Amino acid sequence: MLAIGKVRFVGEPVAAVIGADQLSAQEALDKIKVEYEELVPVLDVESALAPGGVLVHGMDYIGGAFRGFDDFPGGTKNICQAVHVEWGDVDAAFASAAHIAEGEYYFPMVYAYAMEPYVAVADYDSKGQLTVYSSAQHPFMVRHDLAEIFDLPLNSVRVIVPYVGGGYGSKSYTKIEPLTAACSWKVSRPVKLQLSVEEAFLTTRSDDARVYIRTAVDDSGKLIAKQATIHLDTGAYAENSPMVCRKAANRIVGPYRFPHVRVDCLAIYTNTVPASSYRGLGAAQITFPVESQMDELAHKIGCDPQEFRLRNLAHSGESIHPGLRPIDADVPGDIRLAAETLRSNGPLALKHGRSVCCSCSDAGAHPVTLAMVHVYADGSVSVMSGSTEIGQGSHTVLAQIAAEEMGVPLGKVRLVGSDTGVTLFERSTGASRTTTLMGRAVMEACREAITQCKSMAAELLGVPAGEFTEERGGIRHGKDWLSWPEIIERYFQMEGCGIIGRAYLRRAGALKAVPVFWEIGVVGVEIALDEETGKISLDTLVTVGDVGLAIHPAMTESQDLGAATMGLGIGLFEELIYEGQQLMNGTLLEYRVPRFSDLARRVELKLVENHDGVGPYGAKGGGEGCVNPIGACLANALYQAAGVRIRRLPLTPERVWKALQEQKSQAPASQRKPPAAPKTDVTKTTA
Amino acid sequence: MKIGFELNGKAASLEIEPRETLAEVLRARCRLTGVKLSCEAQVCGSCTVLVDGLPVSACTYLAYEIRDKRVTTIEGLADPPGRLHPLQQAFLDHFAFQCGFCTPGMILAAKSLLDENVHVSDEEIIAYMSGNLCRCTGYLGILKAIRQASAEMKATWKENRSTS
Repeated sequence: MLAIGKVRFVGEPVAAVIGADQLSAQEALDKIKVEYEELVPVLDVESALAPGGVLVHGMDYIGGAFRGFDDFPGGTKNICQAVHVEWGDVDAAFASAAHIAEGEYYFPMVYAYAMEPYVAVADYDSKGQLTVYSSAQHPFMVRHDLAEIFDLPLNSVRVIVPYVGGGYGSKSYTKIEPLTAACSWKVSRPVKLQLSVEEAFLTTRSDDARVYIRTAVDDSGKLIAKQATIHLDTGAYAENSPMVCRKAANRIVGPYRFPHVRVDCLAIYTNTVPASSYRGLGAAQITFPVESQMDELAHKIGCDPQEFRLRNLAHSGESIHPGLRPIDADVPGDIRLAAETLRSNGPLALKHGRSVCCSCSDAGAHPVTLAMVHVYADGSVSVMSGSTEIGQGSHTVLAQIAAEEMGVPLGKVRLVGSDTGVTLFERSTGASRTTTLMGRAVMEACREAITQCKSMAAELLGVPAGEFTEERGGIRHGKDWLSWPEIIERYFQMEGCGIIGRAYLRRAGALKAVPVFWEIGVVGVEIALDEETGKISLDTLVTVGDVGLAIHPAMTESQDLGAATMGLGIGLFEELIYEGQQLMNGTLLEYRVPRFSDLARRVELKLVENHDGVGPYGAKGGGEGCVNPIGACLANALYQAAGVRIRRLPLTPERVWKALQEQKSQAPASQRKPPAAPKTDVTKTTA
Repeated sequence: MKIGFELNGKAASLEIEPRETLAEVLRARCRLTGVKLSCEAQVCGSCTVLVDGLPVSACTYLAYEIRDKRVTTIEGLADPPGRLHPLQQAFLDHFAFQCGFCTPGMILAAKSLLDENVHVSDEEIIAYMSGNLCRCTGYLGILKAIRQASAEMKATWKENRSTS
């Protein structure tokens, strides 16, 4: 909540003032004088790992300190999580390889910038009931943390999440709720805490990633081995980075067949803003190196990058991770679709480049999802869902599913959103899980309500349930048709009555295999390069959403475009810059996010619907995949356009221009060759 | 101090502090929470409201400046109440929002654009709207919505011209 004894990053709260209004609280804040003794900070992962260096938390990492991460036995230095993934014999495979590509890549620290900053209202009343209204994505996790902190039973903590102004991962887990609740406890009155955007910049960011990766092929161009080391700068507190660490390690394999894999991923403490979830959860960080290197390796062996991918992609039903769910998507088909769409632009213009890249994420998180529907005698239906509506449209999709199952018009369905005092448990709203898991739970809850209605009908009609047939919205028995509401009203002989259908999903049955589904991201771009300035502009953007079934196609497409646009920001201009311990560009004036004018000339949003997911009607999640491949798409397209390979995002005009100048100085124009084997060192640029 | 102005078509008069911004007055005193605050530095456009038909960033605009002027917020756009403005309908038709936080400012900025020139090109829309940020949609739905509203408002404009 507040720093005690030691402040670990600039921006960490040290004191709270409670005032009757914002102005008086601010005036009081100015009266607080804090004296700091300056300590030696740890500002990057190299110094964090250096022998004899300063420990951010003054101690080595204790195994099992984080909920859900009991498998890590503890570490030394500033390592807060280490994940090792290995199968096959990597060293032997590299020794026998026909070709190897290797390199180091850097993915920057970025800020999600949800337009509504963090906000919470807490009311800790005299009876020991704590009610919190919050912009949190995961109200049940917040409830858990508040119950632990204030030593309250779960039934005394109620977390309510109204509509939220964007999240993209940044509103995952617990943020300002404990401090707000403590303030309310202190004054025995409701307290509101609302951060400014500048304060939100200092609350959460994404992990940046230094990735060393090497990839080997045999003489037929088949991938045989991958080895990677990932260093995540996690900032001053662990937040959700132990999970980012685990996911980055899993996801770096990509949707490819690899007989030999070895990955080491470290989440490392530094004295900077704590990193946590960001759309893609570790996948954007590692897809940039993976898919850049796929192109580099393809060029090295003289193969077309798309052909090289197609040769090595796992097909639907094939395994990419030993022991995990086989791939439930058609990645080769998705890649072809994106490539064909790009090709319809015609011959490539001068200083233009194209690229199609993909990512593959173990998505859905832990499948514990409970849902309940009320079916009323007047024909209306309420869906009680603990999934948070943060703009992804889940309230619409869940209502569609209930309308479909109960056979009522969409207008008859009402969503009752996240309220831990009312809605059943849902682990989280993230990992692209809501359509798949909550959607399935709502579908099963409706079916359970229907089963109840059928036994009521059997009793009313005095016949076994087998003698009538279910028809959309009710049952048919001979000439008679009875709707679900009619059955309910006649059964209870009471107007205004209603029943509850419920579903409890857990890791069992169709949801036993891990992950819940593989989330695929496939993006194609065509860029135009201005050599004079180094500015890259997006000519064409193609997204492919391999979502099983798009329950609401327009919103699904819009999610893909939104994700790709966030990726574009990181690819071209977003980066949090530190000078010493100060974040230098933590305001919207200095931190540029994509604007209207960054919209591509041509945008094609494609959906692939093969009904291959475990969600309702074969649906799977989407909305995160398309953020991942963009960085590599841009770097690969730049290489095609100008023959320079940059292994660091964002591809700012300055960085691109410098790379072009370096290329010019190395080879006179007459000798300049079209793209050939790239250098393997990281393009050196300064921030 | 007391100021008089027109708020969403009705005469209004308020006691305000000289330091108060228009956004503070509209949100706290008038309870018009469709005015959204985000960057508070005139970058994001989410607090856009119309003063005498022109867009201003309510986050940094002193409320004092609205005296004797017309203020339009998103709450005052559907006229008569219940019938949506062509822009509001077009935003719904094209799913031009996700979380909706930028939407009031986006629609009001677009209204100012179309009121000024209903015959806009895509380039003009993009240039004009670049002061309003959206983090969810990637802007395409918004562009399509403004196009649709422009077409509808053009038709009305023609009708009005032929009848007058």
